[in-house]
Amino acid sequence: MLSSGSGNTVIKSKLISRRMFLLSIGKAAVVVGIIGRLISLQINESKKYKTLSDKNRFREWKLAPERGVIKDYFNQEVASNRQVYQIHLIPENARSINELFFRLKSILNITDRKIFSIKKKIKKQKPWEPIIISDNLNWSEFSRINLFLNELPGVEPIVSVARVYKDKSSAHILGYVSQVSAKDLKNKKYLKEMAVSGIAVGKTGLERRLDEEIIGEVGFQRYEVNAFGKRIKQIQIDQGQAGKNYKTTLDLEIQKYTSEILEDKAASVCVMDVYNGDIVSLVSSPIYDPNTFVHGVEKDYWDSLISNERKPLINKALSGLYPPGSTIKTLVALSALENKIVTPLKSVKCTGKIEMHGEKFHCWKKKGHGIVNMRSAIKRSCDVYFYEIARKLGVDRLSVTAKKFGLGEKVLKGFSEERSGVVPNTSWKKKYIGQNWYIGETLHTGIGQGYFQSTPIQLCLMTAQIANGGFKIKPRIIFDKKKNDLKEYLKFKKENPDQPLPQNLLLNNLDLKPLFKNQENIKIIQDAMFSSSNEPGGTSYRSRLEDKKFTFAGKTGSSQIKKFTEEQREAEVKQENIPYKSRDHALFIAYAPVSDPKYAISVVVEHGGSGSKAAAPIAKKVIKKVLERHDLRQSENNLLGESI
Amino acid sequence: MYQPRSIQSSLSFKDKLQSIDYILVFSVLVLGIISMFAMYSTDGGEFAYHTKSHILRFCVFFVIFFILSFVQIRLWHSTSYLFYIIFFILLLCVKYFGLTSSGSQRWLNLPYMHLQPSELMKIGLILFLAKYYHRVSLENVNKVRFLFIPIVALIAPVLLVVMQPDLGTSILIASGGFVAAWLAGVRAKFFIYFSLILLSLLPVAISFLKPYQKARILTFLNPEKDPLGAGYQIIQSKIAIGSGGLFGKGFLNGSQSYLDYLPEKHTDFIFTLFTEEFGFFGSLFILLLYGIIISRIIKIGHITRSNFGKLYCFSFATVFFIYVIVNMGMVLGLLPIVGSPLPIMSYGGSSMMAIMLGLGITMSCKVYKDTPVN
Repeated sequence: MLSSGSGNTVIKSKLISRRMFLLSIGKAAVVVGIIGRLISLQINESKKYKTLSDKNRFREWKLAPERGVIKDYFNQEVASNRQVYQIHLIPENARSINELFFRLKSILNITDRKIFSIKKKIKKQKPWEPIIISDNLNWSEFSRINLFLNELPGVEPIVSVARVYKDKSSAHILGYVSQVSAKDLKNKKYLKEMAVSGIAVGKTGLERRLDEEIIGEVGFQRYEVNAFGKRIKQIQIDQGQAGKNYKTTLDLEIQKYTSEILEDKAASVCVMDVYNGDIVSLVSSPIYDPNTFVHGVEKDYWDSLISNERKPLINKALSGLYPPGSTIKTLVALSALENKIVTPLKSVKCTGKIEMHGEKFHCWKKKGHGIVNMRSAIKRSCDVYFYEIARKLGVDRLSVTAKKFGLGEKVLKGFSEERSGVVPNTSWKKKYIGQNWYIGETLHTGIGQGYFQSTPIQLCLMTAQIANGGFKIKPRIIFDKKKNDLKEYLKFKKENPDQPLPQNLLLNNLDLKPLFKNQENIKIIQDAMFSSSNEPGGTSYRSRLEDKKFTFAGKTGSSQIKKFTEEQREAEVKQENIPYKSRDHALFIAYAPVSDPKYAISVVVEHGGSGSKAAAPIAKKVIKKVLERHDLRQSENNLLGESI
Repeated sequence: MYQPRSIQSSLSFKDKLQSIDYILVFSVLVLGIISMFAMYSTDGGEFAYHTKSHILRFCVFFVIFFILSFVQIRLWHSTSYLFYIIFFILLLCVKYFGLTSSGSQRWLNLPYMHLQPSELMKIGLILFLAKYYHRVSLENVNKVRFLFIPIVALIAPVLLVVMQPDLGTSILIASGGFVAAWLAGVRAKFFIYFSLILLSLLPVAISFLKPYQKARILTFLNPEKDPLGAGYQIIQSKIAIGSGGLFGKGFLNGSQSYLDYLPEKHTDFIFTLFTEEFGFFGSLFILLLYGIIISRIIKIGHITRSNFGKLYCFSFATVFFIYVIVNMGMVLGLLPIVGSPLPIMSYGGSSMMAIMLGLGITMSCKVYKDTPVN
């Protein structure tokens, strides 16, 4: 090999160099490829990878916002927030979940069932997501946890806020909040978007109605985390936005007073301003404690609520459906007058019953009322008179008037629990029951029985619209600083019937909707209601208020649950002597004061017997209280007017 | 023939010092300094273990590189086989006394360092083949009997490394051998035959692969299939590089590496870390430095007289290039993750030692460019 000459060596070195040259070309091509890849990753797709890098880097923990506060008309907080002590667990920081719960059990009062459900939840979520172990600890439990904190890795004591209802009297209209359920998430888009653990959602009442606005905006903490999920540093914190606060038209004082009067009766009271529709009071009874729902209701309490035959969870003022009974006589009379079926002075002889097509129709007074006209028929609530009137009027014309005054449709907007009731007529029966209307049913309808169904708030609205002279009003429960000038307008019109409206009233663009053809007819009804409450022989005479300031005009009613048998009627069985569930509902509607109507009220006592005995006395007390606070309410309104 | 030798022999130290390729030395030095900063970044901006150790190694081996530059080219030539044999014995030692870490036996536990002989073998094989083909005449190169020794010299260490198991390094060693043989004039058809034989052995080889090695190849084919498992490294590396953008996130601001999303960041993925922090232009600068180093080595190959020197330099330049490209291709998601360090930049003593040894021999080819080796 060594013998190879130098020429050979030169050829060889040329070959080597040539091949190296070829290799270099190859290398250059590869380098171009590498640079191309770099361009593609770092220039063309840089944005995508930057996003991915940030996705790696940042992790967000959402913060539940503070719920808005609900206040009454006098700015008293009726639904507010309080500090609560909670413990959260970040599973990845715990050494052993089982060990931890074992330890927690010895410190806290925590059931095995709860532990089981928490463990199930832990499995479903990411190990760095905190989970709430207990959302409402008392101070001693909380301080004990803090004491043993070093033995409980992963556990974090948190001071948070939760809903609190200072007073139970408004439980029904306010509703309550509770933990989000799967159903809530499905039905409410805004909740799905928030997706934050530990948030409370309104389940009924105003809390539910206002939920979307009152719940606030979710905040978040953004952390930089490393590949193992450990938080390195906090990058950003957004506390979120507390929910909107709401002021209502309710008067907490009256709410409390009313619920005290109602005690444990299954009853409801609704008080409304007759001009602007402000709902001053709306109480349903018996009441329940809404605070128990905030942190998950306990089974015993829940069972007791569910099994209570007086149905404490139902807001009877909005959801209770009752035949209006004799309270409808006001509208039957009005409808008859408006349709010119009768004159006020037309008289009917009541012998205690009438017969039609072989069927007997009884008056509540067995002996009969003798000869009655419209005024005395309303005053003494004579059924026979109204059988006669209803027969002539017909159910269809009656239903038109009833609907005009707000029966048969929801009064408030957005309360899912509110019911609309039924104002029956011939086409309604055909549609929903599939049968023709019988004349006998008209007679029942004429005294507010039969198919007729109404809610207490509808009856209250009806009364208010009679009281204000027959003008349509829009009831409201959320305080509106816009003044309602219906009253001033009516006053001005009364005093200067021929003059053009003053500027301020014109500007308000009053959408005046009279519900009458002839306002005289409304006055006749008002007068008859006055007599019913303030003249001897009137059905609610015993509950009258003699002070001119408080004098009210009302109408009693009792709606039958079960038809009296002939035997019971013969034996003159008293309501108190029949089983609770079979007793009549007691109703009373009124407005006050008579001279210058300001408020309308409806009282319904379930199975209370007669309206005059069970409902009117409640109305009497509430009316007095409401009127006593009228000046205060007025001045609050004026004060607000100035500040705006 | 004798004349030049006498001239060469009479080279003064000053002449030698002047004939050093300072562009090459300077490029290596710049790359070394960059690697120190990169290492400082992998330590989370602290002057910690990896940084200190890397700086120490670079300095020591850089000095050795400089000293080796003055070693007579004839000495390298005459000791080539010896080096190969020593490295081979070391590889054998690994098989029997080696340290086992994460499933493979690659290291010898020596005082001051864990030596990875397979890295040294990368140089040892091309040194061996450079000498061998220097001596084989052009007519004999393609004769089958002259192919026998190179094939054995190539397969023996490669097999040992495969069994460690270290697929990546074994492929790199083999590629060095192929390059040297081809440069020496071995016809392409032999490589094709050889490849066909290897290809036919592939199914057998696959059955010998460890499950993690199979996973790596599958992962390379589809990294998104198992983003948290085997594909994690490639995905995170691509995110880091891509998110670097044009100018990078800035020194010590590479979130992917700082927050530990990047695996093996001081060894195989050092380029990823660097380019996340310094962006596209940073990458180009690194490529430029490597380009300079490689082209200087090739230049030395051209000016050196002996075929031994030429073969050595060209082969070394090519394997150096392959190491760089394989590492970059790997972190850029163009090649499977085979575990090959980036020359000079990556943390690792054996790799640094092998590269500096290689560079030292190259430089001595420059200093003694006119000296015949035999």
